[in-house]
Amino acid sequence: MNRIKNKLSENNKLLSIYYTAGFPQLQDTVPILESLQQNGVDMVEIGLPFSDPIADGPTIQQSSAAALQNGMTTTVLFDQLKDIRKTVSIPLILMGYFNPVLQYGVEEFCKKCNEIGIDGLILPDLPLEEYTLHYRPIFEKYMLSNIFLVTPQTPLARIKEIDSISNTFIYLVSSAGTTGTTRDISEAQQVYFKRISAMKLSKPVIVGFGIKDKASFNEATKHTHGAIIGSAFIKMLATKGLRGVTEFITALRKV
Amino acid sequence: MNYNTDKKGYYGAFGGAFIPEMLYPNVEELRQNYLSIMQLDSFKQEFDELLRNYVGRPTPLYFAKRLSEKYHTRIYLKREDLCHTGAHKINNTIGQILMAKHLKKTRIIAETGAGQHGVATATVCALMGLECVVYMGEIDIKRQAPNVARMKMLGATVIPATSGSKTLKDATNEAIRDWINNPLDTHYIIGSVVGPHPYPDMVARFQSVISEEIKSQLTVLEGTNRPDYVIACVGGGSNAAGAFYHYLNDISVGLIAVEAAGKGVNSGESAATSVLGKVGIIHGSKTLLMQTHDGQITEPYSISAGLDYPGVGPMHAHLCKSGRAQFVSVTDDAAMQAGLELCKLEGIIPAIESSHALAIFEDKAFKPNDIIVVNLSGRGDKDLSTYIDYFNL
Repeated sequence: MNRIKNKLSENNKLLSIYYTAGFPQLQDTVPILESLQQNGVDMVEIGLPFSDPIADGPTIQQSSAAALQNGMTTTVLFDQLKDIRKTVSIPLILMGYFNPVLQYGVEEFCKKCNEIGIDGLILPDLPLEEYTLHYRPIFEKYMLSNIFLVTPQTPLARIKEIDSISNTFIYLVSSAGTTGTTRDISEAQQVYFKRISAMKLSKPVIVGFGIKDKASFNEATKHTHGAIIGSAFIKMLATKGLRGVTEFITALRKV
Repeated sequence: MNYNTDKKGYYGAFGGAFIPEMLYPNVEELRQNYLSIMQLDSFKQEFDELLRNYVGRPTPLYFAKRLSEKYHTRIYLKREDLCHTGAHKINNTIGQILMAKHLKKTRIIAETGAGQHGVATATVCALMGLECVVYMGEIDIKRQAPNVARMKMLGATVIPATSGSKTLKDATNEAIRDWINNPLDTHYIIGSVVGPHPYPDMVARFQSVISEEIKSQLTVLEGTNRPDYVIACVGGGSNAAGAFYHYLNDISVGLIAVEAAGKGVNSGESAATSVLGKVGIIHGSKTLLMQTHDGQITEPYSISAGLDYPGVGPMHAHLCKSGRAQFVSVTDDAAMQAGLELCKLEGIIPAIESSHALAIFEDKAFKPNDIIVVNLSGRGDKDLSTYIDYFNL
């Protein structure tokens, strides 16, 4: 069974939330996750913090620095998540940078993810070329979906190549930039989403970067299968912590 | 063994391009074009002309008589400190600004530690009339004030990097972020042989003018184009890459790379990557990297802002692991003494970076007939306040 595929087949506009493990408090990782599920989030990306997150804007970078300060490590995260499948059934994706994975041992890391019940990985600085050159057989052995990013500048042929190598969904970066941009979804972005939609790719696309509320979620999902909210959720956590989760998600889910 | 990069951008097990998809088009555009652009006659002509008449090349290969007498060997100094703007960095920025023009980029970004690369970038941007934004760690901005002023006079915008250790590593992160946010009109002039492929190879090729000149100059001076040793300091490693380049595959020439040990390799305040580093990924490249057990990049330390970097370029990681080059680390104290010694013996005030390479003679004995070339990568004017504080001048 593939939880991500199952969820995608439900044909709703999928809501995915990103948050940084160990933030705002070290022990918040699991309670936040459980609360997200209870509030009807479809999928969650758990961020493994890194000291030098080059693809992220200030919000996620600061949450990573705080999480590392709190004592979050790869080992601690795996330990926190070891029994997660007893209480959480939605698809879970780990998102992080490649160096901590490399240090843990790529095979060892993938094996551990498989044991816990992690469904996929997003590693922005492990591009297609390096993945196919060195790591694809390992990911496949442990049934981990490796999720690739596509941006407005990704060439057509490369999008097709990414589509062919992906096995669950494609992560559509909404605009050129790091995470946490505050712009609204623009006309130009809609044109880009439509262009991708018109390509009739074999895998669904989910939009991330710059989605912050119900309005931008609705805009972003007009031509796509779902959207990911990261920085806006982190900002909420920074001020309200765990107790703010229900209110934040309810506002997004309100009909 | 081949010590140059292969087609995928690997030096042995090191290198590659570990970049987010957002940077793929920029890096790919460069990768597909850099070699053919560099081989254009018009490019070569303009590059050579600017190196000669603007930078002041060839730089002298100077026989350091009194230094040689003291250490009972034959020491030559490759005087990159005499380049316009005071360091070898401008060889690369001249090359990359021409590259950016060929790629029709209108905006230039760069990172800088000591400020030498930032000044060299601001200089070539002024020369070509392009917008220039330089990222510099907040701490480095304070300790390298004259270079910050120079960049501003040259028309550059200097943006402080306030994250992490607020030094070179963080300035590089900020520059990468800027590039991600400005993918169409911007070229990122990386200052060392680091970053994703093709940067290490491209920068090494621009800097290879150093070893090319050593070869022809040594032929005139000594009747051979091969020294017994070439010695250079290594932070990211661009001056060393340039001084080693034409000797990489000639194993009769010994290559010695000198790293900053800071307050001692095991003091917890060091930048000796070859000793303290493990294989990892930094700024788009697989290389040797100082990091925690968990893969978080650690803060390096050196009295020299230019060597204060937690990694080395992938070429150097390969030279180190394959044994082609000997890696040595030198403490702050030894480097400062060697810098002062060069002032007294030869009348040359070296950059503290370069002083690290000079410090090797205290520890390592050479034969009287050995021909040794030390790459004097930069001049010490920018370091005067550090020299003043250290020696109570």
